[in-house]
Amino acid sequence: MFRGPGVAIEIAQSLLALMLAPALVGLVRWIKARLQSRQGAPVWMPYAQLRRLFRKQVVVSPHASWVFHVAPFVVFGATLVVSLLVPIAVTPLPFNDVADLFTLVYLLMLATVFLALGGLDPGSAFGGMGSSREMTIAALSEPAVALAILSLAMVSGSTNLGEIAARTVADPAAALSPGYALAFVSLFIVMLAETGRLPVDNPSTHLELTMIHEAMVLEYSGPYLALLEWASWLKFFVFCVLASNLFVPWGLSTSLEPGALAVALATTLIKLVVLAAAVAVLETRVAKLRLFRVPELLAVSFVLGLLAAASSFALR
Amino acid sequence: MGETLLPQTLFLAMVGGYAATAAALVVPQSPRLSRWVGAAGSTIGASAGLALAAAVLVTGTPFVAQAPGILTPAGGLLLSLDRLGALFLAVLSGVAIPASVFGLGYTAGYGGRYSLGWMAFNTGGFLLAMSLVVCAANVITLVLAWELMALASYFLVVTEHDDPAVTRAGVWYAAMTHAGLLAILAAFFLLGAASGSTGWSFGELRSASPSLSPVVRNAVFLLALAGFGSKAGLVPLHIWLPRAHPAAPSHVSALMSGAMVKLGLYGILRVGLDLLGVGPLWWGTVVIGLGAASALVGVLYALVDDDLKRLLAYSTVENVGLVCLGIGAGMVFRSLGDLEASALAFTAALLHVINHAAFKGTLFLAVGSIVHATGTRDMNRLGGLARRMPWTTPVFLVGALGLAALPPLNGFVSEWLLFQSFLPGVASSRASIAVLLTLGVGTLALAGGLAAATCVKAFGISCLAIPRSSRAEAAHDAPGSMRAGMVALALACPALAVFTIPLLRTVTSVLGELMAVPGAWPPPNAGFTVQAPGVDARMSPVAILVVLVGVLAGVWLAVRLLASRRRRTGETWGCGRIVQTPRMQYTATAFAEPLRRVFDELYRPADDLIVDVHPDSRYFIQGIEYRSRLPRWFMRFLYGPVVQAVVWAATRTRTLQSGSVNLYLAYIVAVLVVLLGLTIGF
Repeated sequence: MFRGPGVAIEIAQSLLALMLAPALVGLVRWIKARLQSRQGAPVWMPYAQLRRLFRKQVVVSPHASWVFHVAPFVVFGATLVVSLLVPIAVTPLPFNDVADLFTLVYLLMLATVFLALGGLDPGSAFGGMGSSREMTIAALSEPAVALAILSLAMVSGSTNLGEIAARTVADPAAALSPGYALAFVSLFIVMLAETGRLPVDNPSTHLELTMIHEAMVLEYSGPYLALLEWASWLKFFVFCVLASNLFVPWGLSTSLEPGALAVALATTLIKLVVLAAAVAVLETRVAKLRLFRVPELLAVSFVLGLLAAASSFALR
Repeated sequence: MGETLLPQTLFLAMVGGYAATAAALVVPQSPRLSRWVGAAGSTIGASAGLALAAAVLVTGTPFVAQAPGILTPAGGLLLSLDRLGALFLAVLSGVAIPASVFGLGYTAGYGGRYSLGWMAFNTGGFLLAMSLVVCAANVITLVLAWELMALASYFLVVTEHDDPAVTRAGVWYAAMTHAGLLAILAAFFLLGAASGSTGWSFGELRSASPSLSPVVRNAVFLLALAGFGSKAGLVPLHIWLPRAHPAAPSHVSALMSGAMVKLGLYGILRVGLDLLGVGPLWWGTVVIGLGAASALVGVLYALVDDDLKRLLAYSTVENVGLVCLGIGAGMVFRSLGDLEASALAFTAALLHVINHAAFKGTLFLAVGSIVHATGTRDMNRLGGLARRMPWTTPVFLVGALGLAALPPLNGFVSEWLLFQSFLPGVASSRASIAVLLTLGVGTLALAGGLAAATCVKAFGISCLAIPRSSRAEAAHDAPGSMRAGMVALALACPALAVFTIPLLRTVTSVLGELMAVPGAWPPPNAGFTVQAPGVDARMSPVAILVVLVGVLAGVWLAVRLLASRRRRTGETWGCGRIVQTPRMQYTATAFAEPLRRVFDELYRPADDLIVDVHPDSRYFIQGIEYRSRLPRWFMRFLYGPVVQAVVWAATRTRTLQSGSVNLYLAYIVAVLVVLLGLTIGF
């Protein structure tokens, strides 16, 4: 489908995601601050943070090896490749033809693995702690993701992201089926766990002992830290787009017509703002779970995925 | 030389190369010469084996050879290498070449302590036996080669025979492999007797099997599954694997894990898919069940093990489980008559056999290099190797990423295909099958996630951060031959991902020989994209690799050009503490602790915490001692009673053995009388 211009649109979409990701995180932070009766930093604060970090020098531990230097690039690169796959405004994309939803999950796992290795490399106890916890959560959220994909695949007959989105656009009623709803909740829980949001991890924590993501990046500074932070924001953005455009596909364009594209982009942005607000509200309402309660939450997500697959099977 | 003589020549070169390793026995004075003779013989033999396998895979003409004069009553020796055998021959030869090159440098460390000639000879014999197993075309040849393989590998496992732990591992290995042999013999005796043929060649057995009674077929299948499954390391017959693999020299571990274990799978396929033909539905479900159990038990124990080689051995159990999930799904679909889905599942399983051989072989060689440099396999004594071993650690990382099934490497491709092969079944009309395969998808995903955690633990703890012992601190990289061997095998991992399409064509041609495969797959116009038939899903390992590398290069360039390049060295943050010591790092045990606690119910660890407090105040702690053991549940509840029963029976039997020659003569007479009576009676 639309080869030449498609690739250009795809790259543009990915760069747009890269550019908007800090704003989305800034928005969540701002809404959270307002809900907590604080003034809150402006929405564009994350951009300033990136700018500052890219200008600073890198401090490298004497114990770190080449892995420490490679990790930020792999984490950022793999997440950026993932952003090529998600339908932000238009679907299906050319890259969807060569990488499906399973590939997306495993590319994110590649980023997670390198992040964890980067955390271990400087020999800090905090880094090890963060890596160990991150891998625990990543490993346990995998089955839930697989079953959520499975139930989507059963409805649309494909694990191809473009196909799934395109078929739901063609038949929006499918998005209202119980299988989709259950899969959405399942994936939403996984999203909170994978992107380090409350109740699994507190993104604004300053206490090393409770950190997961922040503990892994504790030794990173300067441009490396900028890459890692940006990658984690991009990951959050990607998950939000997946949650909104796979399950609520209205407005998504299936052609390259400029008008349709503009509408699609606008609806996606509205959906993202709504989702960001939901995450912000959730984060002010729930407390962080103890680490060993997190598996229970992920088990709930797995059971929901199983129910989603079962109901997709029953209602086929 | 005629075209038709090529396979014969290659076969002779293979046998000759492996047999030439016997020359290492006659030069015991020169360990150096023994090593060279062994490595050269094995490499030549394996190269010829690879070429022979390629010839058979390309032309599709089986290579046939026979020696009816030897062991005539049992049908004589009969060899016929078809495509299924050739695929496994290619896998084992492909691992054997780099492993032999690696062994050249690696075995130097054994010089002076153990006989290098004996080791080289056994390695050659082991490789020869494995190659003959896949060539065997009748029962006697298969069984002989199988036993030869078991013996040669046993001698390799007990190389360090002065270590009691190694000899114990050897005993377990010998016991398990012979119990497996008994089951295999029983299966073939049943099948052969019921078929009514004389030579018990596979051709005769194959044509006789449809007319067998279901009871015999079921019994043959279950016995063969148990016998070959014990070699493959299927749970609960896996217990020899985590003992024998660490005990063997590392290049032999690579061969055992990359090649020998696969021959168990070859046996299951040969009997379950080829000789017995289509079976009832429950055969496949049994294989899926065993596969799922192996995958989960394997990865869970790999995760918590702190011995690098034992960790890899458990991970082999996991991967055999994944392959069996594919084989089981293939059998289920075949019983249901869905040939397209069946072919896809078998293809995924066979592809994983190839891919696992590559990345697990790589890992064992890399770990071998670490053991060579540091003398320890204990991860809690390693660390900091990435700065000291610039060749070994990237190789290790490649293998570990393959193990974690991460793109763009080969492990991901076969895992992806396994996922896809389960999807049509989930949509199956039978609810029971749909539930089974849905749980199969969950198992695959959980095993994949835990394998990623295992990968981070194995690489991160042993190669990164500060060395945890003086030997790790003094580590040096491997000599040239070892580097060459492991780098070659590591490069195979991305290469196998890139050449997925030709590989898949080969695998489907193998399947086409065994079962009806609907149409050519992948289609000729596939390019680089894998498209699962039946499911609308596409994935191109090449495109992923290209895009990933391109994006990485772009990001690197952008950061290099636009961002600050200033760099400073500063100590790791330790909350204001000044010195960073290895004791402050996370250990391997600590890394796996959260997951161990999550799966507490399964591990049921025995933890002791002894806190030594000051007599004046219990808040002032003088020392803490923490011990943690994982009880071996399979040993205690499954094998414990069996071992007890055997010992009990042996003690009872011992009363027969008085040591008196007269009594023994009386036994002989009694037995003769009984036999005579039986013969006359019939």
